[in-house]
Amino acid sequence: MSDRLIQKLNILADAAKYDVSCSSSGSDRKNTNKGLGNGHHSGICHTYTEDGRCVSLLKILLTNHCIFDCAYCVSRKSNDIERAAFTVNEVVELTMNFYRRNYIEGLFLSSGIFKNADFTMERLLRVVKKLRLEENYNGYIHLKTIPGASEELIKEAGLYADRMSINLEMPTEAGLKLLAPEKSHQEVISPLKYVQQQIVQFTDEKRLIKHVPKFVPAGQSTQMVVGATPETDKEIMHTAAAFYKNFSLKRVYYSGYIPISNDTRMPILGSQPPLLRENRLYQTDWLMRFYGFHVNELLNDANPHLDIDVDPKLSWALRNLHHFPVCLNTAPYRMILRIPGIGVASAQKIVQARKFGKLHLYQVKNLGIAYSKAKHFIRCVDSPFELKSFQAAQIKAFILAESQSKYLKTDHRQLILF
Amino acid sequence: MKTLDHKTIYLFDGSLEGLLSAVFEWFERKPGSIHLMPEKIFQPDAFATVFQVPNDREKAGRIWNGLQKRLDKKWLRRLYCTYLSEKPQAFAAIFHFCCAIFQQEVGYENNYGDEYVLALSQIAVKVEREKHRMEAFIRFQQLEDGLFYCGIDPDFNVLPLILNHFKNRYADQKWLIYDLSRNYGLYYDLNKVEEVSMELHPALLKSSAVPVEEKEQLYAQLWKDYFRSTNIVARKNTKLHVKHVPKRYWRYLTEKQI
Repeated sequence: MSDRLIQKLNILADAAKYDVSCSSSGSDRKNTNKGLGNGHHSGICHTYTEDGRCVSLLKILLTNHCIFDCAYCVSRKSNDIERAAFTVNEVVELTMNFYRRNYIEGLFLSSGIFKNADFTMERLLRVVKKLRLEENYNGYIHLKTIPGASEELIKEAGLYADRMSINLEMPTEAGLKLLAPEKSHQEVISPLKYVQQQIVQFTDEKRLIKHVPKFVPAGQSTQMVVGATPETDKEIMHTAAAFYKNFSLKRVYYSGYIPISNDTRMPILGSQPPLLRENRLYQTDWLMRFYGFHVNELLNDANPHLDIDVDPKLSWALRNLHHFPVCLNTAPYRMILRIPGIGVASAQKIVQARKFGKLHLYQVKNLGIAYSKAKHFIRCVDSPFELKSFQAAQIKAFILAESQSKYLKTDHRQLILF
Repeated sequence: MKTLDHKTIYLFDGSLEGLLSAVFEWFERKPGSIHLMPEKIFQPDAFATVFQVPNDREKAGRIWNGLQKRLDKKWLRRLYCTYLSEKPQAFAAIFHFCCAIFQQEVGYENNYGDEYVLALSQIAVKVEREKHRMEAFIRFQQLEDGLFYCGIDPDFNVLPLILNHFKNRYADQKWLIYDLSRNYGLYYDLNKVEEVSMELHPALLKSSAVPVEEKEQLYAQLWKDYFRSTNIVARKNTKLHVKHVPKRYWRYLTEKQI
């Protein structure tokens, strides 16, 4: 009995791991009636796998049987792999017992499509209902919306889940058609839109009526596979920006494609996943969401690809040297945010501190900024007067010479001997 | 006039009450610049005047009330977190910070250009990080009598900070989190959380030494397997892994035991 459970968990966790969403934040669900669990506003990563990704949720598929044959997916019908399926009870027991031991923040439940969309969605729904209604479980639940499932089922699921997500898979419609002819972006858009409308409706009702149940309190997210098809960074980030705007998404995830098949339409088995590119895309995503950048400033027709050597903020600054140097004592907050090497927390500290007197370099250095990067772009009250100004290429060379190997193209796969 | 190298040392007992009493005493005497030190680390010094700060609940209370009037909740918590770091330089930073708060204009706590303001905000971040790590890395084992137990050894004294989190979250199971190095713990009996301290030898309280419930082995095994299955070998990045889970925490983690 327990041997089979161990085997199933291995198969179905392995199949779910390519979904990179791991966040457990954004839900303020309370522990009611002395049950088990609650939401944590900023989420908790309980451990990290050896590839450095966080583990906060028990991320599993209900089953990896699937009627579709999408080329990029490890569970595609034509792939010769071991198949398994959990029972509702098994998922509930695993979740409860992992949660009780503080292993996890909650459950991330996805599934291959067996029979049809509604049948699959209904099974997922049974798991979350049992957890919430019978086990009095108030921990985090991230549920996949199954494309093509009926609106009634999606709506009911939203009453029990904290976050729902549905993956775009490929950044462009053309890319998706190439690898999964049976699928389309429209199939993703309609349920995203439906859930978004429901969230708005429930929030509106909450203003009028006190006891409205929660509906997907942590919002929706989606994921795009990067590097399986030849999209540019510009296409990827413009798609992301549009989805943030149109569907009020909480997160868009970018998943560097890991070769899993001999399909000639995609990178061959054994080629390196584009980890650095993925990292740059996330940095761009952050600049859009927290630093007031418009996607067009970072990626446009003149610059369709992100610079691999340096981060996108530095790259933007080097292209726009006419904005610099920025005087830390007088510049507005939004401009301080744009200085390479200064983050949100440091920018806020600078704006607070300068009310008490002009800032000197020694004070700024201690605030926790990346000074070696920022020093080329800032002026304080005691900055020495300089007649000459440097070219972008010179500044870039200075910074690269001082930085760790992480950002260097030639260096980033250097051997470590000891 | 005092000579330049003349030193005054304020000794206090290491408690928050003692620290706040020291602030009160300083304002009563105004002796100029002083060194604040907990008794534990004090070495007699022939060239310094030593003043032993008496603990006074009332005086400390007046200082705390004064701080409450001047600081918002966020800053009071930062101050408390800094205190829980138990570092001598943190105590000194709190002392100077409090003096500045009472002497300078309203809102002085936002002057991040000030050495002590910055110290408090930076030490508090470290303590909050350790608190968050405990919320993440604590692994309960279910003992034979049903109690969920974990022995910890945090860098800072964070038990008071994690109390509410565990009380709210694990309301339907009995649990005990025990700080092995500070020799006290929190015990939840389904109604309230109590501070407990045990006379047992610390080695007996180590997680590997306690008798566990029958199902415990199975779930520990399932969790280890899950941890392995969810890893993507092609993305291996040990440096990042160790950055997020520093090696000193591995002893807590079920998934890191062989």
